[in-house]
Amino acid sequence: MGATILMPALSPTMTEGKLSRWLKKEGDTVAAGDVIAEIETDKATMEVEAVDEGQITKILVAEGTEGVAVNSAIAELDGGDSKNAAGGPQQPVSNATKAGGETAEVAKQAEDHGAVAAKGAAKGEGSAAQAKGPEQEPEKDWGPTKTQTVREALRDAMALEMRADDTVFLLGEEVAQYQGAYKVSQGLLDEFGPKRVVDTPITEHGFTGMAVGAAMSGLRPIVEFMTFNFSMQAIDHIINSAAKTLYMSGGQLGCPIVFRGPNGAAARVAAQHSQCYASWYAHVPGLRVLAPWSAADAKGLLRAAIRDPNPVVFLENEILYGQSFEVPEDDDFILPIGKAKIERRGKDVTIVAFSIEVGLALKAAEKLAEEGIDAEVINLRSIRPLDTETIVNSVKKTNRLVTVEEGWAFSGIGAEVAMQVIEHAFDHLDAPPVRVAGLDVPMPYAANLEKLALPTVDHVVDAAKSVTYKK
Amino acid sequence: MVQGAKAGTTKRSGRPGPAPSSLKTPPLKNEGLTQEQLLQAYNDMLLIRRFEEKAGQLYGMGLIGGFCHLYIGQEAVVVGMQMCLKPGDQVITSYRDHGHMLATGMESRGVMAELTGREGGYSRGKGGSMHMFSREKGFYGGHGIVGAQVSIGTGLAFSNMYRNDGSVCLTYYGDGAANQGQVFESYNLAALMKLPVIFIIENNKYGMGTSAERASASKDRSKDGTPWGIPGEQVDGMDVQAVKAAGERAVAYCREGNGPYILEMKTYRYRGHSMSDPAKYRTREEVQKMREQHDPIETIRKILLEGGMDETKIKTVDDKVKTIVADAAEFAQTSPEPDEKELWTDILVEAR
Ligand SMILES: Cc1ncc(C[n+]2csc(CCOP(=O)(O)OP(=O)(O)O)c2C)c(N)n1
Ligand SMILES: [Mg+2]
Repeated sequence: MGATILMPALSPTMTEGKLSRWLKKEGDTVAAGDVIAEIETDKATMEVEAVDEGQITKILVAEGTEGVAVNSAIAELDGGDSKNAAGGPQQPVSNATKAGGETAEVAKQAEDHGAVAAKGAAKGEGSAAQAKGPEQEPEKDWGPTKTQTVREALRDAMALEMRADDTVFLLGEEVAQYQGAYKVSQGLLDEFGPKRVVDTPITEHGFTGMAVGAAMSGLRPIVEFMTFNFSMQAIDHIINSAAKTLYMSGGQLGCPIVFRGPNGAAARVAAQHSQCYASWYAHVPGLRVLAPWSAADAKGLLRAAIRDPNPVVFLENEILYGQSFEVPEDDDFILPIGKAKIERRGKDVTIVAFSIEVGLALKAAEKLAEEGIDAEVINLRSIRPLDTETIVNSVKKTNRLVTVEEGWAFSGIGAEVAMQVIEHAFDHLDAPPVRVAGLDVPMPYAANLEKLALPTVDHVVDAAKSVTYKK
Repeated sequence: MVQGAKAGTTKRSGRPGPAPSSLKTPPLKNEGLTQEQLLQAYNDMLLIRRFEEKAGQLYGMGLIGGFCHLYIGQEAVVVGMQMCLKPGDQVITSYRDHGHMLATGMESRGVMAELTGREGGYSRGKGGSMHMFSREKGFYGGHGIVGAQVSIGTGLAFSNMYRNDGSVCLTYYGDGAANQGQVFESYNLAALMKLPVIFIIENNKYGMGTSAERASASKDRSKDGTPWGIPGEQVDGMDVQAVKAAGERAVAYCREGNGPYILEMKTYRYRGHSMSDPAKYRTREEVQKMREQHDPIETIRKILLEGGMDETKIKTVDDKVKTIVADAAEFAQTSPEPDEKELWTDILVEAR
């Protein structure tokens, strides 16, 4: 009996890839474990191993083909699997389609974020220019832009700052030779060498303390946490050493350091690897906390973070890394710390979000527009300091507030935003603010439960309707 | 399989002395294990191998999500160590945990169904590949934060000391994890309090894309406990007999109340760190050489045959393992997704 070789999924978010090379040809015999082909995703080139033994009787997808969907047949062993060839619902395949559908949904959600991203960015810039009223000065026009992924924008920001200042260096796990666990530091080792792009052992507490010490004596370290989940090993140095020493030394010992890496939920990695730390760090005086959404945010804010003389916690998002946005080409492009951005103007309800949830909020705003509700979407960019002025001015106009975050609602960023509004614009509120947030549970692994645990576009739409009493 | 290319531990009698720094080449033969014991070890290792191959396949089909770290190549370590345990002893490890679970006797079905995130999984789908537990089998996880299980394992040993029940705890971690600060804090605690814990470093040469040489200035990890007087040995972790022999010495030492013991297992993972690892940090030849010359399962198979074991007896094991794994995969695909109510259970124990 033959078998069909399917395009494998090689990462949680992969839905398709390029079949870049066949290492076997029709007629070749393969054993389990033999490398038969190479496929490329946006992150890496991977080898595909045979799982069954037999003779390759047919290659169904030519090398060089792009966009080959996960689980589609790429070759046949010993004449192929008859059930599969007949198109019959082969047990594992039908299941895979189901699971694949879920993966596709994650990707689609990501795509939604992306699509909105491009539009949102364009609209944001445009409408800001025509905006009238005292709410917010239009953002500086940085001129021509180019399309870039968030991943590239982060890399460029580090490269620019490292070129400009030789006290800036990057350290962390897999940042140098491996080019970053998520490929964010791609090319930096080549350009700056191992003295300034430093691979560390898995010793977060130790290397973070070391970087804090280096910063206290005047260097400007960028510490990459493979993900922010692992910053918990080092949180003592971030809070007790980096954030407090300036104060305790009566202003003598500053600590110009950036702690960066992916934060928040990733796909299907369960409770210890899927959590938002925004509110943990935002609680602490002596720290700055930034959370970019678009590639322009990423580049402009990371440059500002590196130049800032204070410890900055810089919260990225793994799912955003591969998404593209317009980024100003100007070599001096930088964004201010402490300023939110109004991504979409509206008059009926203020939706405040940060990081990946900005895309969700914009998507919700489009849906709401179809129903005659005109939402204003604020991208916080900076969580500490918080741009209370922009938020409060917006609520004075819309009289309604919805906050969106991936993290838990209890003691979360939404709680703080809402309290600021209550303190500064209580009389302007026409409805109690509503928080859309991750459910109050550790992140479950199972696909169906994970989906339920995270905010969706519909949650935001429903919240906006409830505060505008349209529901 | 190249005859005689296998490395093994130097056997020593009595109290452990300094660990051998170079591995010598033992003959292909039974070293203290009967043919029947060897066949059992072969069975247990093969089950892990086939289980992991199937898991890799299901991952490729999108049925398993997130991170999935396979144990292929390292089977001799857990199987050899498990042979030294008795009921009541504990095992704890990292996220590369499927092999450890199967070795402790946890069911293939429950493990595989957890990988697919289904109701029939050990954590009812809520933990996934990296987080499974079985109090009944003495398996305490399944931990995702590199190094965290080392302190927790020390705590399991503390409870053994506290209860004075003669149990030992096997605490497994990688060569990368062996650099975490809490590992050294645990060495000190365990030595100070004479805790019955065996620290087992599974040195598979890489922590993700970083080779052990690039990550640690300590070249002989079995000596990492020296400042605290913790004895240690380097062991050929590709040889189940060498593992068992070293395990017996370590377990005896711990059970007598002498305190902790370190075993550095020289092993190798054939697959990438997790499913999405392009593995550019090592050559294909390096992997191939390990597979061909040091495969723990092939080695035992060969010894069995040379010792006169009937080939059909081995074939029976092969078939049995195949059936178990196929059944587990089937179960993992047909078990339903967890009920939505599960989202809200197990967050806190309700006080009575
Ligand atoms: C505290 C922490 N830092 C980083 C990671 C990411 N990470 C997961 S596995 C791993 C490599 C561990 O290597 P090793 O200890 O040798 O174990 P192996 O994977 O080889 O079994 C890293 C860096 C993590 N899970 N936890
Ligand atoms: Mg390792």
